[in-house]
Amino acid sequence: MTEEELRGLLIGGLSGDAATYRLFLDRLAAYLRAYLRRRLAQMPQDVEDLVQEILLAVHNQRHTYDATQPLTAWIHAIARYKLVDLLRRRSRADLLHDALDEDDELLGVTDSDAAEARYDIARLLEQLPDRQRLPILHVKLQGESVSETARRIGMSESAVKVGIHRGLKALAATIRSLG
Amino acid sequence: MKTDEFVALLASRVQAVDPRTAGRRHLFALVAGGVGAVVILVAALGFNPQLAHETTVPMFWVREAFCLALAAFTIAVITRLARPGVPIGWLRAAVPVPLIVMWLLAAVALFEAPAAGRVSLLLGGSAMVCPFRIAVIGSPFFVGLVWVLRGLAPTRLRLTGAAAGFAAGALGALVYTLHCPELAAPFLAVWYVLGICIPTAVGAWLGPRLLRW
Repeated sequence: MTEEELRGLLIGGLSGDAATYRLFLDRLAAYLRAYLRRRLAQMPQDVEDLVQEILLAVHNQRHTYDATQPLTAWIHAIARYKLVDLLRRRSRADLLHDALDEDDELLGVTDSDAAEARYDIARLLEQLPDRQRLPILHVKLQGESVSETARRIGMSESAVKVGIHRGLKALAATIRSLG
Repeated sequence: MKTDEFVALLASRVQAVDPRTAGRRHLFALVAGGVGAVVILVAALGFNPQLAHETTVPMFWVREAFCLALAAFTIAVITRLARPGVPIGWLRAAVPVPLIVMWLLAAVALFEAPAAGRVSLLLGGSAMVCPFRIAVIGSPFFVGLVWVLRGLAPTRLRLTGAAAGFAAGALGALVYTLHCPELAAPFLAVWYVLGICIPTAVGAWLGPRLLRW
């Protein structure tokens, strides 16, 4: 898969096509896994956590992708930011130099052999306040429409959308605070 | 939760993204910051009573252009810093240009002035309060820019915070010109720049704390 194909999938996702977007995130996960296995050879137990954290960041920040920009540069900057953040949290500044090295090709090798993440995102989602947890539960986990969910839990449609958006941002903050 | 389940969650019922949102938020923050800055100016200091007369002096417009150019170049830099992987490019060289021009004007003015007049060109009548006033009047812009940036994804947090402070300082200086009667280039080259440096330092300090994502 080339950058162009992956970019096409993201553009489709940004226009609201969920199936295309899922394909994009799946492919991206495989690239990220291979990339991080090389970078975090000394911390293999952290790879799947970081794959999920970067996927969440890509999702939360997808509005910052400018369609005229190379996709690799955008993803690489996000992945590097999250990788450096993790190494700082773990006080593994000794690995920073490797992490900042740009020679390595991000969209080169794939690895679809997912390991278990150490924390369970499902459990972290349960800790969110109801105004965020319920919209995510109904829309994102059970796949109901926004209007259905709004009626069921007695919130306005825009409050449901805001709840999902803020909830997923809060999830990213929670993961960050786990260290 | 396994990664493929998490991917399914993220993609489920995903909403279309409106690419104009970021631009609208920038505009809103600048307008709201401008209103806040003018309110502070009017409440605390008032307009310069000679303002209408001063607009006939060319140096008045040099001062406006100086503040506006610094703010515009820096905001253009910020819009790039706010998106992952976008290089700053030629704008890196543009930001110092207004500063260099003002410093050159100041050097010429000091060189041409008689020795006895140089101190007053440099200190004017408000040197001691000018930087702090610029910092305070610029603060609503800083709040607005940080709010915008918290909705975007800067990866160089200290630099982005400093840039937000610098832009807020330059915009604060621009609003302050509605009160400030100082038009001598040496004064502007020192005290206006110092006033812009205060929120820049605050932004560099707060950036990593406020802008993490």
